[in-house]
Amino acid sequence: MNDSFFSTDRLTVGYNGRPLVRDISFSLKKGEILTLIGPNGSGKSTILKSITRHLPTLSGSVWLDGKNVRRMGSRDLASRLAVVLTDRIRPELMTCRELVSAGRYPYTGSFGVLTDHDREVVAASLARVRASDIADRDFSAISDGQRQRVLLARAIAQEPELIVLDEPTSFLDIRHKIELLEILGSMAREQGITVILSLHEIDLAYKIADKIACVKDGRIRAYGTPEEIFTGGLIDELYDIDRGSFHPLLGTVELSRPEGKPRVFVVGGGGYGIPFYHALQKRKIPFSAGILFDNDLEYAVAAALAQDPVCAHAFSPIEEAQIARARAAIDQAQAVIDSGCPIRQYNRANGDLLTYAKKQGKPIFPKPEPKKEETP
Amino acid sequence: METVSKNTLRHSVVFLSLLLLFGAAVVWNINTGSVAISVREILTLLFRKKEIESGALAADLPAFNIIWKIRLPRLLLAAVLGGALSLSGFLLQTFFRNPIAGPFVLGISSGSKMFLAVVTIALSASLPSVPVSVTVAAAFLGSMASMLFVLAFTGKIRDMSMLLVVGIMISYICSAVTDFLINFAKESEIVNLTHWSLGSFSAASWQDVRISALIVLPAFLCTFFLSKPISAYALGEGYAQSLGVNIRLFRVLLILFSSVLSACVTAFAGPISFVGIAVPHICRVWLKTAKPVLMIPACFFCGAVFCMICDLIARTVFSPTELSVGTVTSAIGAPIVIWLMAARGAKRNE
Repeated sequence: MNDSFFSTDRLTVGYNGRPLVRDISFSLKKGEILTLIGPNGSGKSTILKSITRHLPTLSGSVWLDGKNVRRMGSRDLASRLAVVLTDRIRPELMTCRELVSAGRYPYTGSFGVLTDHDREVVAASLARVRASDIADRDFSAISDGQRQRVLLARAIAQEPELIVLDEPTSFLDIRHKIELLEILGSMAREQGITVILSLHEIDLAYKIADKIACVKDGRIRAYGTPEEIFTGGLIDELYDIDRGSFHPLLGTVELSRPEGKPRVFVVGGGGYGIPFYHALQKRKIPFSAGILFDNDLEYAVAAALAQDPVCAHAFSPIEEAQIARARAAIDQAQAVIDSGCPIRQYNRANGDLLTYAKKQGKPIFPKPEPKKEETP
Repeated sequence: METVSKNTLRHSVVFLSLLLLFGAAVVWNINTGSVAISVREILTLLFRKKEIESGALAADLPAFNIIWKIRLPRLLLAAVLGGALSLSGFLLQTFFRNPIAGPFVLGISSGSKMFLAVVTIALSASLPSVPVSVTVAAAFLGSMASMLFVLAFTGKIRDMSMLLVVGIMISYICSAVTDFLINFAKESEIVNLTHWSLGSFSAASWQDVRISALIVLPAFLCTFFLSKPISAYALGEGYAQSLGVNIRLFRVLLILFSSVLSACVTAFAGPISFVGIAVPHICRVWLKTAKPVLMIPACFFCGAVFCMICDLIARTVFSPTELSVGTVTSAIGAPIVIWLMAARGAKRNE
């Protein structure tokens, strides 16, 4: 608790006196990034708004650098805490530079006249988010991605110690999402700015955050490092994913598994089978697959989409029992797919499976075509 | 950096031309009318007042009286109230985040008219004529009342454009009540009310000028000192608050000053439409910025010039018949607003 720069102590937040999320206790060191994840309407924004004093807290307290945020003067708080909100703002006739200059509000005099130092900070903030080229364009005439960057520049110009961002990556395409998070990451690392943000992209949350808090059902369902959070089925449970699945380590999402008796068997491996799995999933054809080593990237996909894929231990030869299971699956299937994975010493068994299938008179797709040997 | 100096140049040009226009409007207003007075004579009459009064300087006495008793108070009243109207419009547009917000739209003027109708009809039974002070007080109370009524809904309605609709509805309710009362009023009472309800600067006295200046000028200064929070408010309440603006206090002040300004205008000159919408728009387009620190003085002076010119048109174009100034401001202001909106829409679609 002592080395924490930002913390909340048994905070309860909500609207109109009705609690929405209870017992929130976070603790962050300077320069750490906390990401809130959770389903829509779980209260992520409410937590953020309560931290930034946009909403009154119901009980508990918020601490910033040893001071209770509730008791801080508004100017003091404004020079330490900056926000990027979800509000869609449409200021009239305001250039990006003027908008970023608004971040200097806590530092300027009664008429908000900028000093040379203020101008430098504004220019540096614009450069920080790589928006110097659009500085003199009208804010309402730029794209969503640029707008979000300019709003971040405004927050940076406030020279805060803590930045709170509410879903800053919504409406952004993937390139701009990455860019924005990269900027936040380097600000935290290099300038020691503490960052709290909510994200919908759990895969990105994993990659940017030092701490993750999962908000669900009126409480913090889990709080810890990404490694602690992204284990087991916590994410599936958090978002009630019962159709489809999320792979915590890869950060990929798979749609729901086609259910029923497998009609197709895919002889895969090394990632060659993945496009076939997706093609079968889209057509809702139940299938099985094998024999895959359990360290294979492809196995993660097969485990999510195939019925009972046959799997072998990595770094050890395929066992007889696994071959027998695969043959049984081929017997059940109406067709076999040869993914085209090159057959080498350790996956010879898969070559044998194809020969077996041919002997059993199973149609094999696609028709064999010499494949270039390359690892995906 | 080049754009910065270009903008500074633009702003200086705008303010300089406003100053020149102001001067021109003053001179033009004084020397135009049923009695023509030359510019040279005007200057003598204006700046050597003491000597003329003491009889040290021989001068055309009727002209002297026309200038000092009629034209000068009238043009000053037009200037002060015109500035107040457009400033009030600017503040209301800031508050409601809507370019068509203005004292006339929001039912402030209709509230005044309703109160005035009630007072006129109630008092005419016991008094031969309603004293000016009572008229002014009634109009003032009326506009404050309808503004407070609109504000009572701010807690319930978060959406500012819906609040604007509430204001418009209140304006209709007040008009309905006024029309109802007029049905049962005597003709002599209606004349007074109808004349007032068209808006006019005629019959302006020095006392009117003094009182309205005492209200308007301090309010103008106060709003000027609010220009920093107003600029933050342009980013929305959330951002303004996080920058350290006390939103609750700020909103109260904003609405207080805009109500006081427009109430003062309605009280002294009646409802004058479109100045509050048109002038801030003209200023924005001219300055090419919405920075309040520039907009507030620009709106005030531009409003003053606009109203002086409109008043001049009102009393000279069909002379000796005098138009009401509200007719002229609507006729000029409404097309300007339409044109500006269209221009803006075209720019946005580019």
